[in-house]
Amino acid sequence: MKQLACIALLATSVTLLAGCERREAEVVIGSKNFTEAVILGEVLHGLVRQSGVPSRHQRALGGTRLVFNALASGEIDAYVEYTGTLTHEIFAAENPASDSDLRRLLARDRVVMAGTFGFQDNYALGLPEALAESLDIRTVSDLNDHPGLVVRVSSEFMDRADGWPGLRNFYQLPQQDVRGIEHDLAYRALAAGNADVTDLYTTDAEIAYYGLRVLDDDRGYFPRYDAVLLYRADLAERAPAAVAALERLLGRIDEEGMIAMNAAVKLERRTETEVAREFLREFLGSAVAGPVEGRGARLLRRTGEHLVLVSISLLCAVAVAVPLGILAARRPRLGHVVLGLVGIGQTIPALALLVVMVPLFGIGAGPALVALFVYSLLPIVRNTHAGITGIPTPLIESAEALGLPPLARLRRIELPLAMPTILAGIKTAAVINVGGATLGALVGAGGYGQPILTGIRLDDTGLILEGAVPSALLALAMQWLFERAERAVVPRGIRSNGR
Amino acid sequence: MFRLDQVSKTFQHALALDRISLEVAPGKTTVLIGPSGCGKSTLLRLLIGLIKPDQGTVFFDGFALDAATIPAIRRRLGYVIQQGGLFPHLTARQNVTVMADYHGWEAGRIDARIAELAGLTHFPADALDRYPGELSGGQNQRIALMRALFLDPDVLLLDEPLGALDPMIRYELQQDLRQVFGTLGKTVVMVTHDLAEAAYFGHAIVLMRDGRIAQRGTLQDMMSSPADEFVGRFIRAQRDHLSVPGAAT
Repeated sequence: MKQLACIALLATSVTLLAGCERREAEVVIGSKNFTEAVILGEVLHGLVRQSGVPSRHQRALGGTRLVFNALASGEIDAYVEYTGTLTHEIFAAENPASDSDLRRLLARDRVVMAGTFGFQDNYALGLPEALAESLDIRTVSDLNDHPGLVVRVSSEFMDRADGWPGLRNFYQLPQQDVRGIEHDLAYRALAAGNADVTDLYTTDAEIAYYGLRVLDDDRGYFPRYDAVLLYRADLAERAPAAVAALERLLGRIDEEGMIAMNAAVKLERRTETEVAREFLREFLGSAVAGPVEGRGARLLRRTGEHLVLVSISLLCAVAVAVPLGILAARRPRLGHVVLGLVGIGQTIPALALLVVMVPLFGIGAGPALVALFVYSLLPIVRNTHAGITGIPTPLIESAEALGLPPLARLRRIELPLAMPTILAGIKTAAVINVGGATLGALVGAGGYGQPILTGIRLDDTGLILEGAVPSALLALAMQWLFERAERAVVPRGIRSNGR
Repeated sequence: MFRLDQVSKTFQHALALDRISLEVAPGKTTVLIGPSGCGKSTLLRLLIGLIKPDQGTVFFDGFALDAATIPAIRRRLGYVIQQGGLFPHLTARQNVTVMADYHGWEAGRIDARIAELAGLTHFPADALDRYPGELSGGQNQRIALMRALFLDPDVLLLDEPLGALDPMIRYELQQDLRQVFGTLGKTVVMVTHDLAEAAYFGHAIVLMRDGRIAQRGTLQDMMSSPADEFVGRFIRAQRDHLSVPGAAT
């Protein structure tokens, strides 16, 4: 009976996981996790759809590496990248000297660089106009005279070879107080006076909004970042109509147009989808069809995604952790090793675990499920172990003396007696999982984390709450559900809250 | 029924049983008595295979107790410990029928057996669906006795079954227990530290000290001809408690 349940469970998980996989004829557009990339992703998605090819947009998947690898491994079919990023980040080791070099390198990964959309989004440094005026800073070189300036740059810029480290060496910049921060938070830090200098993208709407002065790269450090379309080489055969539709966009977006779209999202608080549709309406001369998802439907979809993440990872964890806990209780020496191992699993930072899982399980629900599964193990294994080893010896001996064989003893006596403790462990894991699953949005797993991430990106508290509130409510609901379950499953004789 | 042949048991370098040889007569009540730590409980636990002897052999009905024979032998033994050892997650009824359920008895047969044993042990039928935590100490011991008797074993092993009860209930249960033993005619091995209780139940009394048998026989034997100075002292100590002024001799 138990084995049957386990097999059913596994089958369900595999089916659900398979459901997250791509469908054959579908074109998957990806985007990096910043506003411009998401808008362009929506535009590409709309174009493909308009051409009659089914399409899906894996929005705001993550940083450069993650999205490029997703393209190289075929999990997505196309996305928008920048030439400077390709040259100095992805192929930094190969040091391509020209576009043709770059195309040759990309071809190794079976990726085509189709051409530029018509604008550049260069890196630059900026600081508040008033501050720049009072210190008389106009160029990057001028920063050399002000070593006390507080520098807050985006985390990616901080780490990239062509980012802060290269810039600092190139200009011999003396600033000491330099730290990485979420790009969108950097603007707010500047506005609040907590920081002086940040990196910016030249198409950012915030430059005008926050009144920033863009410093002249007087010695020409920053490369050109032409926005280009990358797609998989086999897409031309699989969906020629889609490629044709995508390539229509090349050379058709200028810097002003891009800044306006960014501003529409970031300053006017409109969604990327709306802005992209408006662009396409003008571009194609006809309205773009497609369902508009209301707040209710959106919430429902995310709740579904979140519940799938939490419940599947939890069920698999229960199926593995309870037997492990029993084993650990039966064989103390082995138990030591088991408890140690699941304890180590718990210490891996969630973000690191997610990123490590991406090459193994792709993007989407896979890595998130595995990470949540690993995190659920410890509380369940530990509580199962504690529940069983905590049963008083006279009870175990009575069961033995009665003549119950070990398996029957486990099923009829030990597991029921340990049940309150085991349930408490599962409850802990479930509640932790609800919170942890919000991180799944970082790798495209959806769920309540999606609006939280978007909300951080757009500085939109409403959006953050749209993810945070349901997530908190779900955690409370889990807690309540398990307390009900305890009343149903645990007999009156051993219930903690009396009779 | 039981035969012990030169049985020794050591716990962490302390000798608990020292080359014990003993025979337990069938159909009689044998009481193991002695001061704390004399090895009487260890001896009882050896009989039901909860611990294994370091040396020597325990025979039950001619079979040596070992891993292969213990499962079958346990079905012919009933075991009751001081606090009853009842499972707190099961009701009184479920505690009593746990083995019958495991062997797949039909409901009718189970109900009939419960009714029979509840009558025998004077357990109130309306309390059968309560949990052990909701019953008194005396009722718990009656349930433990019913559980031990359920599969109609040949032997009852009782480890201080009345030790944790207050005197009135203890007195009542002593009478009921003796009546049950008399009615069923089973082989009984009981551990107690109370000489009066030993004399009340025991056809044979085994007095133990430091893992060895000091003397075996009836209380009369021990009083009239104690085997050594310890036996005399042990009996005197317990009798002095009984002969307080005004008490009957």
